[in-house]
Amino acid sequence: MNHSIEIKDLKLAFGAVTVLEDLNLQVGQGEFLVLLGSSGCGKSTLLNCIAGLLDVTDGEIHIQGHNVTWEEPSKRGIGMVFQSYALYPQMTVEGNLAFGLKNARVPKDEIAKRITRAAEVLQIEPLLKRKPGALSGGQRQRVAIGRALVRDVDVFLFDEPLSNLDAKLRADLRVEIKRLHHTLKNTMIYVTHDQVEAMTLADRIAIMKGGQIMQLAPPAEIYNRPVNKYVAGFIGSPAMNLIEGDMDAGSLQFETGRGMAFSVQGYEFGSSPTSGRVWLGLRPEHVHSGTLAQTQPVQLDAYVDMVEPMGSDTQVWAKIGEQELRFRMDGQAKVDIGDTVPIGFDPARLSMFDKKSEMRL
Amino acid sequence: MTAVTPRGAKPKKVFSPRNIMLYGALVVFSLYYLLPLYVMIVTSLKDMAEIRVGNIFSAPVEITFQPWVKAWSEACTGINCDGLSRGFWNSIRILIPSLILSVSVAALTGYVLACWRFKGSEIFFGILLLGAFIPYQVLLYPLVIILREMGLFGSLWGLVLVHTVFAMPINVLLFRNYFVALPEELFKAARVDGAGFWGIFFRIVIPMSLPIFVVSGIIQVTGIWNDFLFGVVYTRPENYPMTVQLNNIVNSVQGVKEYNVNMAATLLTGLVPLAVYFFSGRLFVRGIAAGAVKG
Repeated sequence: MNHSIEIKDLKLAFGAVTVLEDLNLQVGQGEFLVLLGSSGCGKSTLLNCIAGLLDVTDGEIHIQGHNVTWEEPSKRGIGMVFQSYALYPQMTVEGNLAFGLKNARVPKDEIAKRITRAAEVLQIEPLLKRKPGALSGGQRQRVAIGRALVRDVDVFLFDEPLSNLDAKLRADLRVEIKRLHHTLKNTMIYVTHDQVEAMTLADRIAIMKGGQIMQLAPPAEIYNRPVNKYVAGFIGSPAMNLIEGDMDAGSLQFETGRGMAFSVQGYEFGSSPTSGRVWLGLRPEHVHSGTLAQTQPVQLDAYVDMVEPMGSDTQVWAKIGEQELRFRMDGQAKVDIGDTVPIGFDPARLSMFDKKSEMRL
Repeated sequence: MTAVTPRGAKPKKVFSPRNIMLYGALVVFSLYYLLPLYVMIVTSLKDMAEIRVGNIFSAPVEITFQPWVKAWSEACTGINCDGLSRGFWNSIRILIPSLILSVSVAALTGYVLACWRFKGSEIFFGILLLGAFIPYQVLLYPLVIILREMGLFGSLWGLVLVHTVFAMPINVLLFRNYFVALPEELFKAARVDGAGFWGIFFRIVIPMSLPIFVVSGIIQVTGIWNDFLFGVVYTRPENYPMTVQLNNIVNSVQGVKEYNVNMAATLLTGLVPLAVYFFSGRLFVRGIAAGAVKG
């Protein structure tokens, strides 16, 4: 039993509309997997299939080595946390935590023991006698996590658990969830559309689009070596510069035809380079300016079009020839619209995608 | 020391033209509805001699409760002369099972249509709603035959069944729309927690749905209590509900028209729905509003 969760050739269709198709996924023991994608990509649908809240059309789902494709949600050994918390409003916090255990006919003293333990871990002991209506958003989500916790299961499923919270609380609870995972070492599958949550929490991220997994890899790899143009544009804030141009395989020269040309010597091609039309991806934070620019293999002059000072750093919208480029400068740097700034970057940090297939070269 | 001066907007005048119009209209409409009630009450407290004087708006000179006593326990309805009391208990015996059965079946049907959709459930719901637009009279005779074949014609349970069936369209609509508005994730959470069809219904849905049960209950109590048509068609005289007996008292063509007894009998018959509104009106409004906003 190597995998905690194994999904084989999963297919889900509502009538003529296919939502998920031929989806294969393996999640390791104790792994924190994040399903990331924009709305409508099928990430929540996939989670609901794993939970058993949606009947699949075809394929198999195994949890801890058991084929649970047609099991009831409660019999799958999962706990689930929802975006809207989904606490039972007429029950106290204690009642909410006990509800699933009572249904499973767990003995009373065992229920009490588990509630005490979960309340301790989540620091919700003073809230046990209150009703959900009397709790704040953060407290409610803690109780919702507690409800999954008391079930004593191997797999936790999170469906956008932090989306309803304000920014500050979200950051706090994010850290708490990470700490919880570190303590419990459960397998966790976490659905979100927030790339910061994905990057900070995940052992591996699965980026989904149109019911398919585009890339499944650790956060660093997703960031550094996006497998296609979609992933490249999706991950990173501000978004990666994607520049269209021609690649010459012999000279390794990249040329936009709009006044921007340089050698990509040092770029790690996946296979031997071929000539043709490409998308070239350059992250704003990988462009250096000032004295650091002079140490970079590629050096260019950028004409500053627009400046957005953020305090910690400054976003610069610039033009190289006719080619627009966005990059980041130090927050203390003195730069104005109309300046010409020397910039430089390392081709090893670039990403290149075939124009047609949009796959990484 | 400075004087404390009032701050904020000037208080609005009580006798502004707007208020005069508003409350004037309200008073007129209240009188419009309350006047007949007043006439009924004073008439029921007069004896026949005083009524014949003809001042229907004047208060009774000599208050007598004799008409009420007569309406309740002495007036003749057909062959029996024991007043409305027999009809009252018949109505209670019809009301309680009909109320329980119709509200529970409607709630359950609404729950299935809202939360456990099956293939064709929307069409089923559409057909059910269509039932609300069919005039009762059209169905009277077919129902007589159905009840006869079932061996229920003339019995109390036959009438209970008829009340339950006719309650379905409007009450299922109420319950379904209320349940649809409950957050979907609650049902998912309950399923993960191992609650099944009945567990979710009894432990999650019902505790969250008191207002709509009150609304449905009130609609049913009034509807069943005020029913005349089904009561007279589907039961035998010994089971006639209060409304049918009231009709027999008021519309009797023999003897003197005892207006005071008629008024007392009518008021007695209307007491139950009145009491229900009186005690649960607030919940009723809340339930209707909840359904309206989210339905």
